[in-house]
Amino acid sequence: MGAGILEMRSITKTFPGVKALQDVNLSVARGEVHAICGENGAGKSTLMKVLSGVYPHGSYEGEILFEGKPVSFRDIRDSEKSGIVIIHQELALSPYLSIAENIFLGNEIQSGGFIDWNKTNLEAAKLLARVGLSDNPTTKITDIGVGKQQLVEIAKALSKQVKLLILDEPTAALNDEDSAHLLDLIKHLQGQGITSIIISHKLNEIKAIADKVTIIRDGRAIETLDMKSDDISENRIIKGMVGRDLEHRYPDRTPKIGEEIFRVEDWTVHHPTEHDRVVIHGANLNVRAGEVVGIAGLMGAGRTELAMSIFGRSYGSGITGRVYMHGKEVKVKTVSDAIANGIAYATEDRKRYGLNLIEDIKRNISAAALGKLAKRGWVDDNKEYLVASDYRKSMNIKAPSVSSVTGQLSGGNQQKVVLSKWMFSDPDVLILDEPTRGIDVGAKYEIYTIINRLAAEGKAVIVISSELPELLGISDRIYALSEGHITGEMSIEDATPEALMQYMTKEKEK
Amino acid sequence: MSALKESLGFLASRMRQIGIFIALIVIVVLFQILTDGRLLTAGNVSNIIVQNSYILILAIGMVMVIIAGHIDLSVGSVAAFVGAMSGIMIQQWGAPWWIAIIASLLIGALVGAWQGFWIAFVGIPAFIVTLAGMLIFRGLTQIVLGNQRITPFPNEYRQLGGGYVFPQLFPASTSPAEWITVGLGILALIMLIGSQVKGRMSRVKHGLESEPISWFIAKLAFTAILVLGLTYLLGIAPGSRGTPIVLIVLGLLVVAYTAVMSRSVFGRHIYARGGNLHAAQLSGIKTQKVDFYLFVNMGVLAALAGLVFTGRLNSAGPGAGNLFELDAIAAAFIGGAAVTGGIGTVTGAITGGLIMGVLNNGMSLMGVSTDFQQFIKGLVLLLAVAFDVYNKRRTGGRRSQPKAPMTASTATISTETAETAEAGKPDMQKANAKTGPAGS
Repeated sequence: MGAGILEMRSITKTFPGVKALQDVNLSVARGEVHAICGENGAGKSTLMKVLSGVYPHGSYEGEILFEGKPVSFRDIRDSEKSGIVIIHQELALSPYLSIAENIFLGNEIQSGGFIDWNKTNLEAAKLLARVGLSDNPTTKITDIGVGKQQLVEIAKALSKQVKLLILDEPTAALNDEDSAHLLDLIKHLQGQGITSIIISHKLNEIKAIADKVTIIRDGRAIETLDMKSDDISENRIIKGMVGRDLEHRYPDRTPKIGEEIFRVEDWTVHHPTEHDRVVIHGANLNVRAGEVVGIAGLMGAGRTELAMSIFGRSYGSGITGRVYMHGKEVKVKTVSDAIANGIAYATEDRKRYGLNLIEDIKRNISAAALGKLAKRGWVDDNKEYLVASDYRKSMNIKAPSVSSVTGQLSGGNQQKVVLSKWMFSDPDVLILDEPTRGIDVGAKYEIYTIINRLAAEGKAVIVISSELPELLGISDRIYALSEGHITGEMSIEDATPEALMQYMTKEKEK
Repeated sequence: MSALKESLGFLASRMRQIGIFIALIVIVVLFQILTDGRLLTAGNVSNIIVQNSYILILAIGMVMVIIAGHIDLSVGSVAAFVGAMSGIMIQQWGAPWWIAIIASLLIGALVGAWQGFWIAFVGIPAFIVTLAGMLIFRGLTQIVLGNQRITPFPNEYRQLGGGYVFPQLFPASTSPAEWITVGLGILALIMLIGSQVKGRMSRVKHGLESEPISWFIAKLAFTAILVLGLTYLLGIAPGSRGTPIVLIVLGLLVVAYTAVMSRSVFGRHIYARGGNLHAAQLSGIKTQKVDFYLFVNMGVLAALAGLVFTGRLNSAGPGAGNLFELDAIAAAFIGGAAVTGGIGTVTGAITGGLIMGVLNNGMSLMGVSTDFQQFIKGLVLLLAVAFDVYNKRRTGGRRSQPKAPMTASTATISTETAETAEAGKPDMQKANAKTGPAGS
C-alpha cells in the first residue's frame, strides 16, 4: 500500500432542505480495495457522484485531492480524464451495439474522421482478455449475460486508463459464480495497481476482498475499519451501518403449520418463444397453512419462471400440470383466475412489474383487487383512501400520505406497497420473488416480520431468494431448483448452505 | 401566516392542474384586449363553442387513448366516413334522421372494434393500426361518396351540429332573456356545486380532506363566475342565440367521462395500463379488453364528432375531418397528458382544446392569416409540453434523498441505463402477456 491516491476532505453536499453529506472525510490508499457501506439513502452514491463530477465542483463544499493534487471536476468526462471511472449499478451499455463499440463509445478510435474497425476490435479483444472474457468483440451486448456485461463495463473503464475504479453494487444483479469471478477480477486489477472503491450491500463480499471499509450513516462517515489488521465480523459492519446491534437479523417465529393449502403437480413449462425448449420439468411442490417455503436456485434455474407460470401463465407456453387449492384442482389460465383463486405473486422486479411508479400509493395498493372497493363498476374513493391508510400504518410505509407517488419512495417502502397490494387481494398463498432485493438491512428486517405475520395469519408463503442465509433464516422448508428441475427438498432442521448448494448445482438425472 | 403558507403549498401541489386553467384565462383576457372586446360577445362565444365542439368530443376519446399509452391517428378519417355514411343512409336509402344517427354511432363502434382488434388482440402498435385506418377510412369515404359532396341534410339532423335549444320560443326581440338557457345555466351550477359540496362533506366525514376550505370556496366561486358568465353570454347578452345543443351534449360527455376516468374500474384500468403495462397485467387487469373497448369508445366518439361536423356544415364531403386527429392530439397534450401514458385528464384535454380554439378564433378576429395561425399553434403545443417537462423535472426528481437538477451528463446516463436494463432481460422486451423473465 503506497501513499494516498485519494483524499476527500470535509465534503458537505446540501440539497434544498436536506444535508445529504455532512463533513465527510475519505482517504483511499493507492492500490487498495476500499469498500463503502451504508443503508440505502445514507449518502454513498451522493459521495461517489461528488467524486466523479456528476455533481460539479462548486455544488458541494470541501475539497478533493487526487494523486496529491486538488481537483475540481466539472463533469464525468473531466474526472475520467484524470483516471476516475464510475460503473453504475444499472449498466450504461447500449444493448444493440457490439462489445467493441460499447467499449469505445464516446472514445472512438478514428483515422481521418472514420472509425478504424480493425483497430477497434483488436484493442477491444485485448481489453476483454484483461478482464478474462474470450467473446468476440463484435458480439452484441444483448447476446451476452449480465455477468459478462459487467465485465465489459470494466473493460471499458480499462480503455480509459483507469486509476481509480468505482463500482456501485457491482454484484447486485449477478449470480454467485459471476460474482466470484468479478471479485477475482477486482483482486487481479489490484495486482496491476488499480485502486477500487466498491459500494456493496453484500457483507460477505466485502469481507472477502476489501482492505478497508468506510461506513456511512445519515450523510456522515462513521468510521473506517481496517479489514486486514482487525478481525471484523459482518455483524460488526452491520452495527456500524444501522447504529444498533442487529443480533437477530431474522425475527423469531414459532411456526404453526396446518393443512395443505397449495399444491402443484407435474408442472412443465416451455419457453415463451422457443417452444421446444423446456424451462420447468415436471415440478411438484406443496405449501401448508402457516408455512414459509423457500425456493433456492442459481440464476437461470427457473425460479421466477416457475412462479410466474403458476401465476396465471404469465410466463411460458405449452404449460401442463395441475394446481390444487385446498385439495381441489383449480383452473389458473389467466392472472385474474389466479387472483380469484387466492394466489398472489409479488415480482422480483418491482419497478418494472410490480408498481405503477407514476401513480400514488393508494391506487397501487388497490390495483389487484379494485373490485373489492367498487360497486357496479364504480370505485369508492374514500374507502380506498382508508384501506390504503390502514396499510400505510400497519406496514409502516414511510410516506407523507397515501397520495404520495410510489416512484418517489425508497426501495424498501416500494416493496411494502407491493406487499400491501397483494395482502389486500386477500390471497391464501403468496409467492414472494426476491422480496428483499435492493433494500437496506433495516427494511429487510421489516419485510421478514411481515412474512412472519402472514404465516401467523395462516397464509401459505413461498419465498424465492438468491441469498441462502435469508432462506435459511426465514423458511420452514426449502426446495432447491436446478436447471428447471426440483432437485431437492429439505426441512429447515436438515438444511445447510452446503447441502442446498449441492442440490442447486445438481445435474439433471438422466 | 402559516395558513397562507399552507394554502400556497397546496396551490403548488396542484400547479399541474391549475396551470392549464390559468393559461386559458390569460389567453382569453389577452385576446379580449387585443380584439377590443370582440372575443367575449354573445355571438362569438357561441361560435367558439360550436366551431370547436367536434374537436373537443374527439379530445375526450383521444386523451383516454393517450393515457392508455396509445395514439389514434384515424379519427379525422373515421369522422368523415361516418358523416358520409349518414348522408348516404338519408339521401340514398331514405332512412329517417334518427335511424341514421343511431346507425352512424354503430358504424363508429364497428370501426373502433376493427382497430381495437388489431391493437389489442393481434398486438400491432396503435400508431400503425390507426395510420392504416387513417388511409383506409379516408379511402372508403371517397369511395362511398364517389368523390361528390352530399348536401343538404334534414333540419332535425342538423340540430346536433348547429342547433340551439328552442330559440324560436323566446325570440330575442320579445324576451330579454333566453329562459331555457338561464334555467340550464342555473341547473348546471346547482349540480356542479352540489356534487362538490357533497364530495367534500363525505371526505370530511372520513377525515380525508386535504384541501383548505379557502381554496375550496375559491374554486366554487370561480366555477360560479364561469357558469353564470357563460349563461349571460348565451342567454341574456345582446345578440345571444340560446344554448347550442352541442354544448349540452358536450357538457354531458365531460361529466360522464370525467366520472369514468376518475371513479370507474374501467377508468382506473386505463391509467394502470398506461402507467405500467406489465404491472397492470400482473395485477390481473385484462389489458387486452381495456385496449379493445378503449378503441370502440374512440370510434363512437369519432362518429359523434362526424355527425356534429356534418350537421354544422350541412354537407358530407370527401375531404371532411382532415387533420382533426392532430387538433385532438394537441388538445390532449396541451391539457397535460403524458407522452408515455398514464397521466392526463378529460378536463385537461377540454381545456387544451379550448386554448387552441380561443387562439384560432382570437387570431381570426384580429385578421391573422391561417398560415400564421398554424405557426402559433405549433409553438403553443411545443411550449406547453416543454413547460410540463420542466415542471416534472423540478418537482418529480425529489425523493427521500433529493437529487440535484438534472445535468446533461446525468440525463444521458439515466436514459442509457434504462435501455440497458431492458437489454438485461431480452425476453421481457417482447413480452406480451405470455412472455416472461429471462433469468431468475
